[in-house]
Amino acid sequence: MIEVKNLTKKYGEHLAVDNLSFTVKDGQIYGFLGPNGAGKSTTMNIMTGYLGLTDGQVLINGHDILEEPEEARSCIGYLPEQPPLYMDMTVIGYLRFCAELKKIPRAERTQAVEEAMSKTGIEGVKNRIVRNLSKGYRQRVGLAQAILGMPPIIILDEPTVGLDPKQIIEIRDLIRKLAKDHTVILSSHIMQEISAVCNYIMIISNGRLVASDTPENLMKQQQTASSLELEVRGGRAEVEVLLREIPGIQSVEMQKSREKGAVKAIITEEAGADVREEVFYTLAREHHPLLKMNQERVSLEELFLELTEEAASSQKYDPRSKRRSAKRRFGKAAEEKPEEGVEEAEAAEELVMADVEPMTQAESTGEEVSE
Amino acid sequence: MIAIFKREFKSYFTSMTGYLFMAFILFFEGLYFVAYNVTQGYPHFAYTLYSLNFVYMIAVPILTMRVFADERRQRTDQLLLTAPVTVTQIVMGKYLAMVAVYGIVCAISALGPVVLTMFGTVYLAGDYGMLLAFFLAGSAFLAIGMYISALTESPVLACIGTFGILLILYLISSIASMVPIDAIANVLNEFSFSDRLYSFTQNLIDVPSYVFFVSVAGYFVFLTVQSVQKRRWN
Repeated sequence: MIEVKNLTKKYGEHLAVDNLSFTVKDGQIYGFLGPNGAGKSTTMNIMTGYLGLTDGQVLINGHDILEEPEEARSCIGYLPEQPPLYMDMTVIGYLRFCAELKKIPRAERTQAVEEAMSKTGIEGVKNRIVRNLSKGYRQRVGLAQAILGMPPIIILDEPTVGLDPKQIIEIRDLIRKLAKDHTVILSSHIMQEISAVCNYIMIISNGRLVASDTPENLMKQQQTASSLELEVRGGRAEVEVLLREIPGIQSVEMQKSREKGAVKAIITEEAGADVREEVFYTLAREHHPLLKMNQERVSLEELFLELTEEAASSQKYDPRSKRRSAKRRFGKAAEEKPEEGVEEAEAAEELVMADVEPMTQAESTGEEVSE
Repeated sequence: MIAIFKREFKSYFTSMTGYLFMAFILFFEGLYFVAYNVTQGYPHFAYTLYSLNFVYMIAVPILTMRVFADERRQRTDQLLLTAPVTVTQIVMGKYLAMVAVYGIVCAISALGPVVLTMFGTVYLAGDYGMLLAFFLAGSAFLAIGMYISALTESPVLACIGTFGILLILYLISSIASMVPIDAIANVLNEFSFSDRLYSFTQNLIDVPSYVFFVSVAGYFVFLTVQSVQKRRWN
């Protein structure tokens, strides 16, 4: 179990990690999701004791990483962003060195090294010099180093970078297998990567935790509300009144339309409701022709960019405004790409909700979250 | 610590560095040995060793420049610093590996006086006293080089920096002679490794100098530990 409490890390004036708190329970796969520079690697480096922290506390199985570093570190296998390989060693020489460094008893060393090599599929290159290996193999050697001796907690910083698709699938399978008796934390800036393997997702942006939940819960929340964008001919007030009467609509936001004599409306639906037909008939009955109706769909990458740009550009963190403007932008993105696959859109909306969820928390506790 | 020591020691001999370091010192040692002891028949091996004290300036950076700078550049320091070992153990492991490589040079040098005994009377005590001083002075220089390597990410900078410091130490008695204030000049002279080594050529076993060399080595090992620790808190 890992407990991170109010973790803060400053590089000079730059705030890399901002008051981050979370708990990692045993036997799960946790995913850190965030763009480059969000503070993922810094957080991982602090959790493993590589970097010091400005404020806060990290407990690894009850051991403080600063006060009992050796006990805490011996519970962790860590693969940093760049695998820490000695270029002039052979693969097996390197792994033997790591085994000794990690204080694996002499009698178990050979077996531990064999096991790590077979799990990562590098037996074939064990006598080669690391310098001569491809990036994918180097990554695997790094991974073998991390799982060496089967530590209870395995922390992997972007473990599949540089691997080909087949290797990625292998590594994901390996991570799933490892999770049976280990806690695995991995980071990525790719949503699919995380959602493919993790039981629990933590989204980090600008050093802050903006969402954390199981993928299932994030999906559920996604089903509780979705939004529609309409363009309707008619007056702003009349259309708004009509729309508000339709059951199943949570909120209506009116905007100007580019077209003359028309208005734009953004509707948030209630949980599980599908109001598209009702909207159509209502507007038709009242002779307000419906010019456009769009269900919000956006690709994962776009959404992710939006989320993170938003966080990066906002000086003062205001959950409400962020939520609204994010929605608006997603709407826009949807206009440009109306043919997105359903699956992708679902995943995207999952991310929207992931973003929304902790904000409501922040609102309810009244805590001021600032940059 | 043993794991790190073993790895480091081996790596000096899988790369050229260890051999280069040893060859460099031994080449000049052989040269002076032939010149002084063989050709001129001078029975005192200590004098040969004393003549080598400029060799450190180039030999020491060969061994020390990569010791921490390269770990940092290759990010392998992440492996070491997240392993269940203390920084002191890491630094000591690396330092002792360098000292061990240098120890091989000294072990080979130990043959010099033995060879000379075949041709006449040799001041063995003085020669081996000098050899110990030669070993300890070199170890102190290695600690200085290691500290400089821990300050930077670039082996080249570490190399130039170490060369610079050792050059100043080599010239320090000349620098001291230019200082008009006696008090300062005397303090500077205390740091002259070559003056200290010179006293051993006079058949003296200068114990304070041994203490001085060991202290310098200990101090810079300590500074290296602090410097590695400090970097994590930046």
